[in-house]
Amino acid sequence: MSEVRDVVCPFCGCLCDDLVILVEEGKIAGVKNGCALSITKYLNYNRERISKPMVRKNGELEETSLEEAVNRAAELLANADYPVSYGWSNTSCEAIATGIELMEEVGGVIDNTSVVCHGPSVLGVHEVGHPTCTLGEIKNRADLIIYWASNPLQSHPRHLSRYTVMARGKFRKSRDERTLIVVDVRKTYTARVADYFIQIQPGKDYELLSALRTAVRGEELEQEEVAGVKREHIEEVADLLISCEFGVLFWGVGLTMTGGKYRNIDLAISLVRDLNAYTKFVMMPMRGHYNVVGANAVFTWQTGYPYAVDFSHGYPRYNPGETSVTDILVRGEADAALIVASDPASNFPRKAVEHLSRIPVVLIDPRWTSTTDIAEVVIPTAMLGIEVEGTAYRMDGVPIHMKKVINPPDGLKPDVEILRMILDRIRAMRGG
Amino acid sequence: MELIVRGGYVYDPANGVNGEKIDIYVKDGKIVESVEESKAKVIDASGMIVMPGGVDLHSHIAGAKVNSGRVLRPEDHVKDPEPKTKYKRSGVGRSVPSTFTTGYRYAVMGYTTVMEPASPPLKTRHTHEELNDTPIVDKACLPMFGNNWFVMEFLKEGDVDKCITYVGWMINVLKGFGVKIVNPGGVEAWGWGKNLEHIDDKVPYFDITPREILRGLCKAAQELNLPTYIHVHANALGRPGNFSVTMDTMECVRDLAKDGKADIHMVHIQFNAFGGDDWSTLRSAGSEISDYVNRHTHVTLDMGQIIFGDTTTMTADGPWQYELYKLSGNKWVNSDVEAETGVGIVPYVFRRKSYVNAVQWTIGLEVALLVKDKWRLCLSTDHPNGGPFTEYPRIIAWLMSKEARRRTLRRIHSKAAKRSILDELDYEYSLYDIAIVTRAAPAKILGLKNKGHLGIGADADIAIYDLNPKEVDFSRDYKAVRKAFRRAAYTIKDGKVVVKDGEIVSSHIGRTYWTKITMKDPSRVDQLVDEIRDRFQEYYTVSLSNYPISEEYLHRGEPINVKAAI
Repeated sequence: MSEVRDVVCPFCGCLCDDLVILVEEGKIAGVKNGCALSITKYLNYNRERISKPMVRKNGELEETSLEEAVNRAAELLANADYPVSYGWSNTSCEAIATGIELMEEVGGVIDNTSVVCHGPSVLGVHEVGHPTCTLGEIKNRADLIIYWASNPLQSHPRHLSRYTVMARGKFRKSRDERTLIVVDVRKTYTARVADYFIQIQPGKDYELLSALRTAVRGEELEQEEVAGVKREHIEEVADLLISCEFGVLFWGVGLTMTGGKYRNIDLAISLVRDLNAYTKFVMMPMRGHYNVVGANAVFTWQTGYPYAVDFSHGYPRYNPGETSVTDILVRGEADAALIVASDPASNFPRKAVEHLSRIPVVLIDPRWTSTTDIAEVVIPTAMLGIEVEGTAYRMDGVPIHMKKVINPPDGLKPDVEILRMILDRIRAMRGG
Repeated sequence: MELIVRGGYVYDPANGVNGEKIDIYVKDGKIVESVEESKAKVIDASGMIVMPGGVDLHSHIAGAKVNSGRVLRPEDHVKDPEPKTKYKRSGVGRSVPSTFTTGYRYAVMGYTTVMEPASPPLKTRHTHEELNDTPIVDKACLPMFGNNWFVMEFLKEGDVDKCITYVGWMINVLKGFGVKIVNPGGVEAWGWGKNLEHIDDKVPYFDITPREILRGLCKAAQELNLPTYIHVHANALGRPGNFSVTMDTMECVRDLAKDGKADIHMVHIQFNAFGGDDWSTLRSAGSEISDYVNRHTHVTLDMGQIIFGDTTTMTADGPWQYELYKLSGNKWVNSDVEAETGVGIVPYVFRRKSYVNAVQWTIGLEVALLVKDKWRLCLSTDHPNGGPFTEYPRIIAWLMSKEARRRTLRRIHSKAAKRSILDELDYEYSLYDIAIVTRAAPAKILGLKNKGHLGIGADADIAIYDLNPKEVDFSRDYKAVRKAFRRAAYTIKDGKVVVKDGEIVSSHIGRTYWTKITMKDPSRVDQLVDEIRDRFQEYYTVSLSNYPISEEYLHRGEPINVKAAI
């Protein structure tokens, strides 16, 4: 039995890097320091794996050689008029960079999972900006922590203990030096450990944010009650926000994907920005996939735009709603798709999935998923952070090198290598 | 491959060459004494000027902060798409270009080396990833230390040697190049929403002053024998009257300079050379600053010239950017980095008819004209803070032509124009001066021995501009100067032609330089790492073992080996 220390967990945006993985005879035998999600992932990572590349023949997926699968993928993508690519948040930055090069080569669209989670957060940032910081700033300084429409005890289990309420930092040593406020539509696990729980009526985030902003500015609220919250409570919370030394607002998809969408975020950012006239206040989206922030980062430095990038004109174009892959699929415009490390068939809007099932799909993913069932070409890969190394970005933009813990099954290569093979093949076909 | 650049007027100040017709020989990426003429490719540079490839020692081109700027500005990118070609990746330009576009546009201007001057240590891996994706140019980054908790704690404890060892360890593990200091202590204060006013103010909770931080880090850069001394963004940037803080900052390390050598580089001096008491009485303190620099040899400067128009300001000086957000009402990004530094980003339009902006415009040029020793001055806009680097040719024209300056002076806010001494300054830069401030001086300040000159053994990084010094009167025909410097006739990088007639014709990965420090007593480093282990765990949210960046992260890394004095 051997131990690999300071392993980086490839699960959620917390990207905890203090795991200890026990390896016995080339297999994972145990996990220390991991949360329930992390342990489950490590101990079950080998379930539902695909071991061989597959190509659909006469309606059935048949095992084939890597070379044939790569050739088929290259043909499908190179011959398409408007290919799209989606996924990219559960793979390495190196793979993402290669994917961008590939989609640029074929003049298609590349998008990442932001489009269905924190895309509206990004749009809010375009509008107003973003006062934020790294998680260590919160660990060291924050005495007021808000989770809005986010339930980290279940979605990011170690967030509170490593980075926020229970963390021990330079200026804050214990739980009782921090105040926790949870805003949610129901009493979540996180709400149960909060000092203040604000139960908001569903879909009324914009109203409550407006009211809070009004109260923070010292203006009078005319309504007795906003979003199901009494005026006195809103004023009490506003006073808490103003009087803390260092406050932080974390927000979840509950805020980005309800009625107001990016308007909610615009307003939340404006609230936090206003608070800086009184005290120090920052904010951060609770990013889900472990490298969605890396996807946004690589997209941005290579193309200028964080997601939904369209190369069909020969240069990057960005107009979420028009160039976002979900919308392109719903409009039935794409004629081929490259899906990497994602399962859109199980979580895209129905119309998008319907179109996806009508066009050739190249799927690069370690596991069997709903998307496998509609794929034309399936190339299984080795898993980042377990079987291969690479770079990922934590939810606060801190880049971390993901380690390799054990060897991948025979014949499985990292995403980045598969993508490079497809790209090289396309260029060879075009006589490049 | 062998190459001859034939018949051009060569400006190579480091070797005292001033416009003479000299042939330059290139072999295997280096300048050599001669090549086999029959085998060599000949570039006809007759009637053109030949200079070493440009060196930019202060340009924010890569890393977390620049990328946040990109996310903030889709409305800026959309104005300037860069299409894919046979040799180029696609991208976007304007004030915060994508990485590929950044590399190409520098090369098109004849620039071949660029320093990213402010890398937050915890996110320096990100900086390197972007530098890898910045083609053609050689580059490096300066990690920031001016608000680092360990630096402040070691200096407070009076243990300068430990501080030096720590800085050396950091530069090694971060693959950094030198020491950058931004608003020392002030950015830490901003962690609590505060700032420092002066170099003798105390940093909250750390009980130390910017003066002590500056002196400690100045010694560290010296004792570690880093290629370049400290680069300092002084306290109180952007505030009326801040020039006195700037003077105190320069003065506070004067006694540490050895053998008349420089020991402090003051970055983007324009932003730190404000006179007056408030915005209405703001005036240029370019004369005072230049006067000090002319009397003391331990200081070097870069201009931080502003260009009128729309840009994206970005700096680790979080508190200043919050002020700028309040002044402008524009959108605002802030991003503090645990135990180390901060970031602020605000889009900004410099307007000719704004009194303040007009005064700023005069400051940079006044300093550039008044500083006598051009070897201690570099051309910069603090890209993108004063304006995009693609506008350098505009500055070159202002420096070379009094007429060009007058033309702009007539169109700026009249009170600012009247109060400025700019119209009385008759000095006009020669091409030799331009070659100093855009090549030779920045290379010398950075300690890059193979850059900024065309002597035997230098890297074959060469810029050729279609501008005939025998025919063009630069003073009158400044537009021809601007045009020539915008698009090089040829740019040669590592002996390869990468630009011809202002277009990219080939591309490759440039080097990333980093400083590899060998300590005299290596056991000091092990002791230090042991000692900081517990505190690191408390201050940071990553494991100590995951903090270092391996050499593999640099696609074409090139260590510069130095031996520390301790």
